[in-house]
Amino acid sequence: MTTLIVLASIVLLIIVAIQIGKISELSSKIRGEEASKTDSNDFNAIFGVVFMASFLIFCFATAWYYRNYLLGYGPLQSASAHGPGIHRLFNVTLFFTVIVFVLTHIALYWFGYKYREQKGRKVLFIPHDNKLEVIWTAVPAVVMCGLVVGGLWVWNDVMADVKEGEDFMEIEATAHQFAWDIRYPGPDNALGTKYFRNIVPGTNDLGIDFNDPKSLDDVISSSGDIVLPKGKKLRVRITSKDVLHNFYLPHFQVKMDAIPGLPTYWVLTPTKTTEEYRQELKKYKEYQVPANADEPNGPKKWEVFNFELACAELCGNGHFSMRRVIKIVSNEEYQKWALTQKAFFPDNIDGKVEIGKYPWYGSKVNKEVTTIPSIPLKSVQSIEFSSDALTNAKVGEVLNLKHVNFATGKAVLTPESTIELDIVVNAMVKNTGMTVEVDGHTDNVGNEDKNKSLSQARAKAVLDYVSSKGIDMKRMTAMGYGSAAPIADNNTEIGRRTNRRTEFKIVKK
Amino acid sequence: MANLTYQDPEIVIEKSGWNDGFHDEHHGDKYQSGFISHYVFSTDHKMISKQFLITGMIWALIGAAMSIVFRLQLGFPEADLIWLKPILGKWIVVNADTDIGKLSPDFYYALVTMHGTIIVFFVLTAGLSGTFSNLLIPLQIGARDMASGFMNMLSYWFFFLSSVVMFYSLFLNTGPFAGGWTAYPPLSALPQASMGSGAGMTLWIVSLTLFVVSILLGGINYITTVLNLRTKGMTMWRMPLTIWAFLVTAIIGLLSFPVLASAFFLMMFDRGLGTSFYLSDIFIGGKALEHVGGSPVLYQHLFWFLGHPEVYIIILPAMGIVSEVLSVHARKPVFGYRAMVYSILAIAFLSFIVWAHHMFMSGVNPFISNFFVLFTLIIAVPSAVKVFNWIATLYGGNIRFNSAMLFAMGFVSMFISGGLTGVFLGNSAIDIPLHDTYFIVAHFHIVMGIAAFFGMFAGIYNWFPKMYGRFLNETLGKIHFWGTIIGAYAIFWPMHYLGLAGVPRRYYSFTTFDAFKDFADTNKFITVAAIVVFALQVLFVVNFFWSIWKGKKMTTKNPWEANTLEWTTPIKAGHGNWVGNLPVVHRWSYDYGKDGVDFKPQIEPMAAGETAGDH
Repeated sequence: MTTLIVLASIVLLIIVAIQIGKISELSSKIRGEEASKTDSNDFNAIFGVVFMASFLIFCFATAWYYRNYLLGYGPLQSASAHGPGIHRLFNVTLFFTVIVFVLTHIALYWFGYKYREQKGRKVLFIPHDNKLEVIWTAVPAVVMCGLVVGGLWVWNDVMADVKEGEDFMEIEATAHQFAWDIRYPGPDNALGTKYFRNIVPGTNDLGIDFNDPKSLDDVISSSGDIVLPKGKKLRVRITSKDVLHNFYLPHFQVKMDAIPGLPTYWVLTPTKTTEEYRQELKKYKEYQVPANADEPNGPKKWEVFNFELACAELCGNGHFSMRRVIKIVSNEEYQKWALTQKAFFPDNIDGKVEIGKYPWYGSKVNKEVTTIPSIPLKSVQSIEFSSDALTNAKVGEVLNLKHVNFATGKAVLTPESTIELDIVVNAMVKNTGMTVEVDGHTDNVGNEDKNKSLSQARAKAVLDYVSSKGIDMKRMTAMGYGSAAPIADNNTEIGRRTNRRTEFKIVKK
Repeated sequence: MANLTYQDPEIVIEKSGWNDGFHDEHHGDKYQSGFISHYVFSTDHKMISKQFLITGMIWALIGAAMSIVFRLQLGFPEADLIWLKPILGKWIVVNADTDIGKLSPDFYYALVTMHGTIIVFFVLTAGLSGTFSNLLIPLQIGARDMASGFMNMLSYWFFFLSSVVMFYSLFLNTGPFAGGWTAYPPLSALPQASMGSGAGMTLWIVSLTLFVVSILLGGINYITTVLNLRTKGMTMWRMPLTIWAFLVTAIIGLLSFPVLASAFFLMMFDRGLGTSFYLSDIFIGGKALEHVGGSPVLYQHLFWFLGHPEVYIIILPAMGIVSEVLSVHARKPVFGYRAMVYSILAIAFLSFIVWAHHMFMSGVNPFISNFFVLFTLIIAVPSAVKVFNWIATLYGGNIRFNSAMLFAMGFVSMFISGGLTGVFLGNSAIDIPLHDTYFIVAHFHIVMGIAAFFGMFAGIYNWFPKMYGRFLNETLGKIHFWGTIIGAYAIFWPMHYLGLAGVPRRYYSFTTFDAFKDFADTNKFITVAAIVVFALQVLFVVNFFWSIWKGKKMTTKNPWEANTLEWTTPIKAGHGNWVGNLPVVHRWSYDYGKDGVDFKPQIEPMAAGETAGDH
């Protein structure tokens, strides 16, 4: 039935159109072609001016109507430190373009009206005018140069990556069809590595490599609010598992593609908490209406406002549904919240996944690990190793060389171990009176005799390295303890990892 | 001054034309008497131009109808679309309990994708440049036909083939391609990522590869014809701006379309042969793929290396047509002819070094973006020159407000409105909040969608008499114009606000997000306006076909009193265009109102002591 009505109205429209056409041709014949042409010409010329005026009024009126819904205007000021610069640039551009827009439209339709066809009008034969043309080439060129300079100023500022030594927190956003996973760095403030071949759905959805000590305390948030502190510089590492997505935070002026195989980033500093933003919205009547039109007495729009994370790159049929709420809170609240978050590894992997089943849950340390992390394990008794710790250490004190590692089952130092050992060498060069004992420890897996001889050999390997750097062998002794002196629980992988260690005891100073 | 009265061009050409021996050899249409060779496999550029135009119009109706369907989803998300089930079948998903039919998200994205592909390539490239380059190049430079009529015919039939393949893909069980008209991998490369990325994408690539062949065959012909077949006296600086625009368009197309083809070939390899040009580190459908080492960004570079010049391939012919129509109906020479030509050349050159402004948020090194910002905003300068020159063309004229002229002026308005928003988007910093929002939808629809359509309409209303020997109905034309310009602004102007509020494009529904769902009324308004504008285009189509057979007959050769050569041909010009001699050109094409004479056709010899108009 509906189809019939639609078809009937289309046919009717066509008939009406043809009739209008016929009548107009007839009437122009009756009234004389010339007269009807002049009338039509005048009408269209005048209508052009009317159209132009109405159009300009429409533009300004609608802009006024929508002002409190537009980002950067009214209450919707930017919630990030870099946002206001973008809005300023927008307004400068708006200023120049509005002038051009209004003037050209007035000229276009006013000239149309003024110079409409009239009998006997003498046309001005002006093929060109060099002076005018130079002016309207030069003026836009100068304005454009200004906008380019202003634009690039803002752009390079916004897009700058964090500098070395800067205080920032890095989080990771991983997009997939059709959701976002957020990874927090945990207490060590560093994200561990991941690799797409490590992904095991349901077990290790992000493909994190737990051989990287930095991974062990990472927190994963797959649903619920993304809580972030106000005033803290954030570096978002943006990645994708499958197709292109885009990490889009409308209120923060953040937008960056998430690309499989090519991590991108965005650096931002939130400047307003969710609550502060709500208070701003409260001042405007547009946000004092009920959030849900069906519940007139329900919460107001400003009360339920939330920052949102969306996808802004077509990623498939669920593209429009990739929503997460971002909650910005004060730093204190954030710290409190962070304490309640459970790290992913101890909660989901450690002791729950069979050792050796997945390569990412083995004992090899990732080669890229060169920084010194602080694994937040309470069971680690030894003093955190650093050059300061070494210089200030008292006789009898024990230092744990956390980054001295060996090839599995062998007394061969891994290449990255030399970084920490070189600190030891330096300290021993400075403190000429210091003698030390290097102790090797293993976990309790395997034959104890073998463990003991392996730990002895490993301690010796450290000695050999240090002496190869010019330190007298007489200042050092090597001891292998096997699994006799554990400092953590040997029943968990993390504990065993802690127990496999090389220590450094100050004998004399 | 010598006050020359208008002479029948035939007499002028007979007297001072140039005998190329055509008359002795062919006797007009001798070799094109059969139906097939005249109407189907025609090598006559005039027939081929009609073929391009009508194929383009059919595609325009399909593409626009698609937009109405997805606008219904956006404007009236709660509405029952079960009445579309007879046409769309399973793509209308009916809720078993409520019996309410909804457009499936998969097909929504297929419609959005097809709408873009169809309008950009089939309508505004083939339908616009194909129609008018074919019609006007030989006629306005005084040539019998294209340099190779056969290649010209092939150009249309490759386009036809490409159309057939694309049309076929609409009826696939898995639907046509649904990953956006830009077809970014990995979405487009992996059948498991989206329903349309299987067979739909395969046909999409095949179709567009055939399309590239069509464009190249056409483009080589246009360039060769313009460079080699100009009649005596038609120097480059005497060519109408239409011809300049078509020539430069063809050159841009020839340089950029092969890059698109190469992007497609690499895509085919990735899809079929297991290569990894665009793919790396992907875990999808429960499996880690073997592809390693490629980059999806590479495809974007290759695509936009065509994609950006493509927007000028669309807009330059429209600019050329508008310059010509404005000048003829304002009875004044186009202002700053040489500046116009240099602007076209500058725009064409710059169009090749700005492609990455589509990719500011694509993970390209931010430092590289600096250069693209600079070049992009520089394009505003030649564009501004063109706009000011068009307005100055009106100044001091004697303007006839017929449909062609109205559309030409509407083009200028649209080009200003859409061009100015480009100044925002070209600045990478401002692009951060606006990228992939409705602001960009508004921008490109106004500046290269509506504006290019207006250029096309101006051309159709102006040259319809040359094509069919009859006029389009003027009253319907004016209703068409005023309705369309008001309606088009009603559709696209509010989209700027959606974009400034951060509403992303390509969303099936806005209700998921608090930030995007405030604009239900605006979206309703836009949808209603879109339906009205669509109805007006149907009106135009009716006018078009009605007028072919029933329109007011053309009684004089030169109804617009224009200077260019096409109006010196017989009303029904046969293959070969001029019956006897070829016209010889003595002046540029813009001697309107010179020395107090309304117009001086290009075939009119210079009077004693007369200086050239474009001194």
